[in-house]
Amino acid sequence: MNKLADREIPEQAKLPRRSFLALAGEKFLELIIRFSGISAIIFVLAIFFFVFREAFPIFFSDKFNLIKFLFSTEWYPTSVLNVRYGTLALTVGSVSVTLLAMLIAVPFGLGSAIYISEFCGPRLKESLKVVIELLAAIPSVVWGFIGLTVMSRMIVAVTGAPVGVNLLNGGIILALMSVPIIVSISEDALKAVPDSYREAALALGATKWQMIYRVLLPSAKNGLLAAVLLGVGRAVGETMAVLMATGHAVQIPHSILDSVRTLTANIAAELGEAPAGSDHYHVLFLTGVLLFLLTFVVNITSDFIIRGVRRK
Amino acid sequence: MINKSNPPHSFTKTKFVLRKERYQTASKALFLIMSGFMIVPLLFIIAYLIYHALPSLNWEFLVDVPKRGMREGGIWPAFIGTLYLVVISLAIAAPIGVFAAIYLNEYARDNWFNRIINLAVINLAGVPSIVHALFGLGAFVYAARFGYSIISASLTLAIMTLPVIIASTREALNAVPMSFREACWNVSATRWQTIRAIVLPNSISGILTGIILQVSRAAGETAPIMFTGVVFYKAVSRGDLFPYHLNEQCMALSMHLYTVATQVPNVKESIPYATAVVLLCSVLLVNVSAIVLRIWLRNRKKW
Repeated sequence: MNKLADREIPEQAKLPRRSFLALAGEKFLELIIRFSGISAIIFVLAIFFFVFREAFPIFFSDKFNLIKFLFSTEWYPTSVLNVRYGTLALTVGSVSVTLLAMLIAVPFGLGSAIYISEFCGPRLKESLKVVIELLAAIPSVVWGFIGLTVMSRMIVAVTGAPVGVNLLNGGIILALMSVPIIVSISEDALKAVPDSYREAALALGATKWQMIYRVLLPSAKNGLLAAVLLGVGRAVGETMAVLMATGHAVQIPHSILDSVRTLTANIAAELGEAPAGSDHYHVLFLTGVLLFLLTFVVNITSDFIIRGVRRK
Repeated sequence: MINKSNPPHSFTKTKFVLRKERYQTASKALFLIMSGFMIVPLLFIIAYLIYHALPSLNWEFLVDVPKRGMREGGIWPAFIGTLYLVVISLAIAAPIGVFAAIYLNEYARDNWFNRIINLAVINLAGVPSIVHALFGLGAFVYAARFGYSIISASLTLAIMTLPVIIASTREALNAVPMSFREACWNVSATRWQTIRAIVLPNSISGILTGIILQVSRAAGETAPIMFTGVVFYKAVSRGDLFPYHLNEQCMALSMHLYTVATQVPNVKESIPYATAVVLLCSVLLVNVSAIVLRIWLRNRKKW
């Protein structure tokens, strides 16, 4: 029985044995790969931990009141006599700029996505997609500069408003910034609709337009919703463009020609002046926590919607 | 029975057919105009910026230092500072991002733990840039005691670009056909040997394109660096290629644009425009080269 094992194996038939060093090196590399894989979780937790750690001491300050922080419009962080930290005006500023931006960006974004996905030929499609990719690459500070110079002059000329940096300006700039992401995600959603749906509709004598709004839009609606949500996420989190384009008044806007300030722009504008460790500094970190949680919810929701589409 | 006297080509359009065709033409025109609205005004805006920047746009502007309280002169320290930040942050983010993508695409099974990693990547990509700034300030500047320095700013930028590098690398790895890997496993290669010999060589172009696209993103960001290591002004000698130490603060092009556009009074009018044009053009140039590279490689692909 042992004959097989005893038989001498010719030298060239033996598998080349890898050295111990090579094996250990491979194990070590795989360890690094696994660790890098976990790094994303570590970083998200670290962001929450460090931002919250700097915000935490504010809860022990007697000048701070969480209800007032969320629902008061009085933001006087540097007042000598009566310091008040109410972020409602800033929240309303963020929400109104985002809403206005979405009112402009969503129709245009969906329209362009439909045109790219359904109407144009392959050459035009390729070049439009490249242009959209380039649009998405324009830095936010350049958008802010465009808002500050070109757009504000145009707004003053057209509407006769006293200042050109206002809610309308910020809305238009944010719309231009979030259109690329809306277009590319909704184009993906439209592409995910099976061609057999289109063929079935066209075979029944529907025109392309009928096919789009009776068949395509209803079956792609989850993906389109996710696209809009990602656009909202981008608009809420945008900092430099709104800092430069919306003016600097902490107030609840009464018309679209009023200046506003958003949560993000407020942090960027005041963090440099707030001494480290002061109440003001901690409050700014607390608004950061608020923003982090807000975008967390928006992103997770849109991811679940996209995943639901894929599973179908 | 087919009516011979009324063959199909003499079919007359009823008014319903005419109406639906009118809607069809109208909708097509509308969507074309909508796509146009996204692009045409922007071309005008860029032309406007370049027109106003022309008096300052020359080689001197690029290599000269800012003079008279940044009201005149060039942008050299800001330009070289941006270069520092981009190179260091990508040197940190690229290896981690590529390894993380290899883990997620080649090693990870579909279980709850790896789904959490995916959610973390998606969430990291959506964190607002100003929150990254707060994190960088809290973690690197104060907790890690790096102070306001290039290293703090680069680390903050690295964490910001990481999720996008992971996503683009995964896409590139995913494009390598499964049969390539199976063939390699069948000659008794281990997982890592397969990755090194088969998967990486076949996807390196896609990985590189993704990383190049992040160059422009890192160069354009302002918020994450303005509280972690970038200053308004730093004296640097003209044309100096290595003016900064890693534990010092530096200037950056994006921050410089913000400064001259909003903080400095009586700037020579063309200077902020020229700064914007230089920033915009360098970012677009990097992106265009990445796109050209991608198209060229796609056409060369053998499978």
